[in-house]
Amino acid sequence: MVKLTINGQKVQAEEGTTILEAARENNIYIPSLCHHEEVTPYGACRLCLVEVTKNGRERLVASCLYEVAEGLKVKTDSERIATNRKMLMELLLARCPNNKAVQDLAHKLGVEKTSFKLDDDDCMLCALCIRVCQEVVGVSAISLVNRGVDRALATPFFEPSSVCIGCGSCAYVCPVDAIRFEDIGDTRHIYWPDNDMEFKLKKCKTCSRYWAPQAQLDYIIKKAGLAPDAFDNCPDCRD
Amino acid sequence: MVKQSNNRLNSVAAFEALRKSIIAKRNPSQTCLVVCGGTGCLALGAADVITAFKQEIEKGRLESKVSLRVTGCPGFCERGPLVVVKPENILYQQVRGEDAAEIVSATVKGSIVDRLLYVDPDTGKKTTYESDVPFYKKQKRLLLGNNSNIAPTLIEDYLAIGGYAALAKALSSMTPEAVIEEVKKAGLRGRGGGGFPTGTKWETCRNTEGDTRYIICNCDEGDPGAFMDRSLMEGNPHSVLEGMVIGAYAIGGHQGYIYVRNEYPLAVKNAHIAIEQAEKLGLLGKNILGSGFDFSVKISRGGGAFVCGESTALMASLEGKVGEPRAKYVHTSEKGLWEQPTNLNNVETWANVPLIIKNGADWYGKIGSQGSKGTKIFSLVGKINNTGLIEVPMGVALKDIIYGIGGGIPEGKKFKAVQTGGPSGGCIPESLLNLPVDFDELDKAGSMMGSGGMIIMDENTCMVDIAKYFVNFLEGESCGKCLPCREGLKRMSQILTDITEGRGKEGDIELLERLSATLIDTSLCALGSTAPNPVLTTLRYFRDEYEAHIKDKRCPAGVCKALVTYSIDEEKCPGCGLCVKACPSEAITDMGKKKPVVLDQEKCIKCGACYDVCKLGAIIRK
Repeated sequence: MVKLTINGQKVQAEEGTTILEAARENNIYIPSLCHHEEVTPYGACRLCLVEVTKNGRERLVASCLYEVAEGLKVKTDSERIATNRKMLMELLLARCPNNKAVQDLAHKLGVEKTSFKLDDDDCMLCALCIRVCQEVVGVSAISLVNRGVDRALATPFFEPSSVCIGCGSCAYVCPVDAIRFEDIGDTRHIYWPDNDMEFKLKKCKTCSRYWAPQAQLDYIIKKAGLAPDAFDNCPDCRD
Repeated sequence: MVKQSNNRLNSVAAFEALRKSIIAKRNPSQTCLVVCGGTGCLALGAADVITAFKQEIEKGRLESKVSLRVTGCPGFCERGPLVVVKPENILYQQVRGEDAAEIVSATVKGSIVDRLLYVDPDTGKKTTYESDVPFYKKQKRLLLGNNSNIAPTLIEDYLAIGGYAALAKALSSMTPEAVIEEVKKAGLRGRGGGGFPTGTKWETCRNTEGDTRYIICNCDEGDPGAFMDRSLMEGNPHSVLEGMVIGAYAIGGHQGYIYVRNEYPLAVKNAHIAIEQAEKLGLLGKNILGSGFDFSVKISRGGGAFVCGESTALMASLEGKVGEPRAKYVHTSEKGLWEQPTNLNNVETWANVPLIIKNGADWYGKIGSQGSKGTKIFSLVGKINNTGLIEVPMGVALKDIIYGIGGGIPEGKKFKAVQTGGPSGGCIPESLLNLPVDFDELDKAGSMMGSGGMIIMDENTCMVDIAKYFVNFLEGESCGKCLPCREGLKRMSQILTDITEGRGKEGDIELLERLSATLIDTSLCALGSTAPNPVLTTLRYFRDEYEAHIKDKRCPAGVCKALVTYSIDEEKCPGCGLCVKACPSEAITDMGKKKPVVLDQEKCIKCGACYDVCKLGAIIRK
């Protein structure tokens, strides 16, 4: 365990944890968009910036990446942090002016309007979906394509992916609802910002309800070495 | 060729014996025609010159009297193709293939081809010897100077001028710690841009526990108008390699990588050849010179992303991942390539290492300024008479570089600014021409050393337009990972475009400043955090130009088309018709002799061709 202070409050944290984790553990709020405890920290949104003082030197760091250290002094709110967070929020609001989640966070941080021209995106390229697809699901069906301002989230070449199992984890984890999915009849539709895909759903042998993408069930059977008929029934109709 | 090429040298004594035998076979008074085969001269037709020389030597059966050496870039690109006759060092410039016969016959006779000598534009005087040309005279070419003494593809040439002696010295008489101490004492700072003390970085890497340690040479030079590293790797790859082996020995690394842009085919080729030759001789590979130390080097070709010059992005790319940076809260010297302690230096830094080991830290420490030791190579480009590569001691005044070596501004125009440090460097104005050029002074001026690009701008340059150019470059090269760099540069570019196109509004300058502050404070890597430099320095030194664009809708330099109109001064125009011929859009009509021409605003594309061609001042630009 290492001892550090966050906003003057004495805090203990396990070695190797990040400032963001230590703060949340102690109910200290740090805003963030691209962080999720299940995947590798990425440091893209920069909203979780905090000020650290180490060896007498003060600097701004991304708290989702910066590890705790003995004697570290952390400030999660200062004029410098607030000014920068507001500017970041203005940039985000200009990119996604019509997105509810972005609007809400902007409001929370005291930003009601942006100084920049308005675009109309939903995805803010935090790559949470991609990291979940790769690290949690283990298929890497989607990735970030192109560079810089042309960067986008998509399946390779914006074509239907041969490895996507239609699980919808990307939509589930998206913090700004930029990815959607819906099940209509026997088909699941996944809508990414620039392309979409359809998946056949499996019908429950007992209640005849369409309950999960066939590809996802095949993937689980293969991964977990289950019997081929393991998912013939939906969860409700299983013994 | 080296006889022992298949026999690896297994001791320092064997190595020195080889050097002696190479030197013994050479005649220092042998006449040698040295042709620059660097990229610049090749583009200007050096290949024809080389072929023609070969033919002339063969035709006259002069092989025993005159030899030919194709080398890397000596620096004076403006006057290429360059030929130097050794050992006298007679410099011929702008040589064509058809000049070869005359040069060869004059050389054999011991005379000089007068018409190909360099003429000093200031004095009109002809200069015979390379060292007397002002461009070279005011330089200190510790690194570049060797380019004309060796053929980059012949390790014998490098050995003949004392190559790999520093490595032999380090391996045979210095501990790794002593090597690090020497580099620290010399005060060598990283030439890739950051200026971090090299010895300290090596020490950190050496002192970090790891399964192995990696050594990397960064030759991913991506700045527009910069070709320092390229010329070293093309012209003297062994000097870089020797530096790397010494560094690896000091740090305790056994695997090295040269990460080089694929757009530098000659650098890639020459580096490959150098590695192969050094391995054959036992200067690389297992048990180097019988010391028991192993080190090999592989080449990895970059795909041309500017951001891959950033160390963590470079390492990601080397690992086969997308070339994107990561946070450096843990330094790469502790956790770098494949999570192992990794030491990365750029080409020029590595090339400095043999000099330090060979001549000692005390010698090195006498060159340069207080906080920046040694020399620095700069590529001098833009509105400058002598475009090329120069090498000067750190601390030389800007004006000595621009006027003394660079020969000043073409067409007698006025100097306006110099951009140092590449696209994310800053623009330094005329009032700071006395600034000593070193790491710290450039930082203080709001710019940076970067890797050593210097772009000179004259009075016809619009500083807002220049800021826009660099921001657009960086916007295109941002990897897009972190929000401030990706979105911030996009907005910065939009604001600057609006200003240059007459849509600038009150508050734009302040918004640029606020946005810049956030990019500096919050960007993930140095690409984003230094990207506002061109904007901030032009605002600092040329704020009035921004204000003229925004408030008066006027571009003082007459560059921003949307803010410029051309008209005819009827009093002054004698109707000579020069502008009529020059106009590419047929916007000017000849009204007959002695009658002023008429300009149709509808057709005018504001290219300024008429303005440039009229010597009577009859074209008004507002």
